[in-house]
Amino acid sequence: MLRKTLALAGLAIGGLWAPAGFAQDIVIPNIIELSGGGATVGAMWKNGSSMAVEEINASGGILGKKIKLEFIDTASDPGKARAAMQRALDDKPVAIFGPIYSGSVSATLKMTADAEVPQVIGGEAGNLTAQGSKYIFRTSFGQNVSMPKIANYLRDIVKAKNVAVVFVNNDFGKGGRDAIVKELAARDIKVVADISTEAGQADFAADVIKLKGANADAIFVYLNEEESARFLREARKQGLNKPLIGETTLLGQKVIDLAGDAANGVKGHVGLTVDAPVPAIQEFGKKYEAKYKTKPDHNGVKGYIAPYMIKAAAEKAGKLDGKAIAAALRGMTITPDKVPGILIEATWDDTGEIDRISFLGEVKDGKQVITETLPKLKK
Amino acid sequence: MSARNSLLIGLALLVLLALAPVDLNDIGVPYPGLRRYGTYILTLWLVTAIAAMGVNLIVGYAGQETLAQAAFVGIGAYLTAIVTKAGVPFGVAFAASGLLTFVIGIALGFPALRVQKHYLAFVTLAFSVLCWLVFRNEQWITGGVMGIRDIERPSFLGWPLRNHIRFYWFVLGITSIMTFVLWWIVRSPWGRAFTALRENPLRAESLGVDVRLYTLLAFALGSAYGGMAGSLYAPLVEFIDPSPFALGPSLLFMLMVVIGGSGTFLGPFVGAGIAVLLPEWLRAWETWYLLIYAVLVMVMMAFFPSGIVGLATRLLARKARS
Amino acid sequence: MTDFLQLLISGLATGAIYALAAIGFTLLWQTSQTINFAQGEFVMVPAFLALIAMRWFGVPFVASLVLAILASMLLLGVAFRYVVVGPLIRRGVLPLVISTIALSILLKESVKDFYSAEAQTFPTLLPDTLITVAGVSVSLAQLGVLAVALVTIVLLQWFLAGTRTGRQMQATAQNPTVARILGVPVERMILYTFLINAALAAMASLLVSPIYLAKFSNGETLGLIAFVAAIVGGFNQVRGAIAGGLLIGVLDNLAAAYVSTAYRQAIPLILLVLVILFRPQGLLGRREERAV
Repeated sequence: MLRKTLALAGLAIGGLWAPAGFAQDIVIPNIIELSGGGATVGAMWKNGSSMAVEEINASGGILGKKIKLEFIDTASDPGKARAAMQRALDDKPVAIFGPIYSGSVSATLKMTADAEVPQVIGGEAGNLTAQGSKYIFRTSFGQNVSMPKIANYLRDIVKAKNVAVVFVNNDFGKGGRDAIVKELAARDIKVVADISTEAGQADFAADVIKLKGANADAIFVYLNEEESARFLREARKQGLNKPLIGETTLLGQKVIDLAGDAANGVKGHVGLTVDAPVPAIQEFGKKYEAKYKTKPDHNGVKGYIAPYMIKAAAEKAGKLDGKAIAAALRGMTITPDKVPGILIEATWDDTGEIDRISFLGEVKDGKQVITETLPKLKK
Repeated sequence: MSARNSLLIGLALLVLLALAPVDLNDIGVPYPGLRRYGTYILTLWLVTAIAAMGVNLIVGYAGQETLAQAAFVGIGAYLTAIVTKAGVPFGVAFAASGLLTFVIGIALGFPALRVQKHYLAFVTLAFSVLCWLVFRNEQWITGGVMGIRDIERPSFLGWPLRNHIRFYWFVLGITSIMTFVLWWIVRSPWGRAFTALRENPLRAESLGVDVRLYTLLAFALGSAYGGMAGSLYAPLVEFIDPSPFALGPSLLFMLMVVIGGSGTFLGPFVGAGIAVLLPEWLRAWETWYLLIYAVLVMVMMAFFPSGIVGLATRLLARKARS
Repeated sequence: MTDFLQLLISGLATGAIYALAAIGFTLLWQTSQTINFAQGEFVMVPAFLALIAMRWFGVPFVASLVLAILASMLLLGVAFRYVVVGPLIRRGVLPLVISTIALSILLKESVKDFYSAEAQTFPTLLPDTLITVAGVSVSLAQLGVLAVALVTIVLLQWFLAGTRTGRQMQATAQNPTVARILGVPVERMILYTFLINAALAAMASLLVSPIYLAKFSNGETLGLIAFVAAIVGGFNQVRGAIAGGLLIGVLDNLAAAYVSTAYRQAIPLILLVLVILFRPQGLLGRREERAV
């Protein structure tokens, strides 16, 4: 009995040592949301980063070495993300991709900072770059960057004095809500309704009724894509005739496909979109759709540029070393003429914040139309 | 197995577990010791096993169903995170977590156990979702969906537990004590009453066993094990948010206990081990591990409803006879 | 007032879906003591069966709907009965609970891994035309949901009370041992309840998906609500499940509008706890003998 138990225990513990990848390849762990609430987001990222890595490997890899991606599921749970991060760091990788949910990023960013490994994240919560890590790098605007742009838009173009806010109560929605409320207050715009909704919520009848009674000049909608579509359908049904203003998750092609006619007329700021009037991005959209039989959203783009960031930084640093790559990436500007896979020129500052052009757009006749291109914040 | 043998085997396992993260090459044993991650996973296994032992007491011994163990873990974790950040010593927070969840267990169980069987399951289901809503919405105290960051690992008698191996030893110590306590309870007249209850409720009642009181205490104690596990979970992960304390994880606690073998003493350890380590073993399969796990559970239930430990005992017994 | 009516009608339409899921839930419990934790997934899967027929095999829309219902009855009815429940039926409630929890994970992950992690649009039989009466707007699709659900429920009630087979099923539900002595083919009756459950779930799925989109994770909330609706209405009565479903649909909307959107999910659960404390047989249920 005793010997058997011990043998079993030995076997169980033995499972904890995993082979550290193939000797010749660079293994980059993707610690992302493959199941649980973030499964949709994680699937997009996984496709995007896999596609980029195939391209990079086909054209010779990074500094002559091929890349191999490893996908580790966080189950959308920060505790599991932390465990996955610990394992990944034990193997001393040159970089880590993910997580995408800001909560999971929050739980892991100290670990990559301690290990001095660059972490290319998908999280958009404003506070991520304010925690003093020199090793995280965003792939899209933080809410601390995008919300001021929307607040300006509400003040200068919509000329709203009273705004209603409807948000999804997860880290993405709540983070955006907190940021916009702050920005609106700074511009003397009143928040007349502040409505929290659930991720996966189906019936928006009550929320729309509340909005109708709120007497706002405009409504800021900050939901994930599917919930945006369900919301827009209900708003249309009840004849909600206020300007609906949002971010990427309200104006994207995916929302338009899901909501149909009900999406017409929504407007807002788009940080990253496959519908941008940039040939490289549209090209990417076509390739992605041909390969995965579904349209990419901004998470697909985020996953796609991550490997190219590492490639550009490693080539600048001249060696495959996490610390050197992170140092190279800080303050670096990557341009599409040198690295086509970056799609749009982008610059990272010392805190890992990304800077690039963004867009104002609206949905007309079932299509996203970009009305204005906003320049980079710093030239 | 006699009590003495059980204790000896327990002690042997304890020594082995304590040595797992240590590099033994210095004393001539070619064993490099677990790395950070291995140690972290073992610690997580112990914490999960404490909560699973609580579920086992409720499900396996008292014959009830609880669908709120993750919520109790959450209460312990939030309480510990909040009060230790306010400067309260960890020991006090740990005790308070156990006490609070015990009291909540009594408050929930008392009315629910007055009515029929399964109603405790329904009440805990409602409680579990309500807790999760509070964790998410009361941002002023729980940090809402953003969670609570930078939870400090405590010191033990002036010995800081920041280091992962020390923290692992600390958790191992607590787990051993709690395991011993439960072992003692199960072997006490009180625990024997449950065995009597399971085998013949009518006879047990006629022998003067107050079924309802015993069941209530078992539920409250099992929930308190959840609360204390939570109290260890918070400093282990150093970050908490509502997701691990939702209804789904509560169901998974039931799953792991039944798979391990409910009503057996080792069942919760085996079940927690599978729940924590399986995704690790099947990592190459990415999310397919969930499909495999689900199919395994269904096959297991269809053919060996007594769980892995039950199956192993049967196989060993057969071997001993032949 | 207009707002209230709007909420009431939306709530009833959603509630009708919950009712369809909750009825099947109580039927299974009554005839075979199965607490089906995969019930929400049973309402999620049929829409994907229809999508597979349409998109992979090019079957026309209406034919796909019929195929989806038939396939659901085979898969979630017959196969569920004999493969999952069959080996466990005499082992008590707990192993079955565990097995259906695993089944719910299996169904959810299968749809995600084999079909898509993304929400899918689902075509509708009824156009999205709006009818506005006295300020209350209702879409034809929504009215259709309510109508189809109510007709289904009436038909089911007629079947259970007005036909020989239906009465035999009720007898099985109330007391299988006595039913068997009276010559009721109990085994066949149990299979029928599984078939009816699968058909009702498929109906609910095909009705709800055009309005709220089809997604692998849709079952999580639906299953919980069907469960709550069944207990609140009365776990041992079909009409209890109907009332429970409609009540929770309406209550959810009213709670969101007049109490708090953040705690809308809490209201049905608080109702659940109150029902358990003060009327454990459910709002419309009858008292059960306490089995020892």
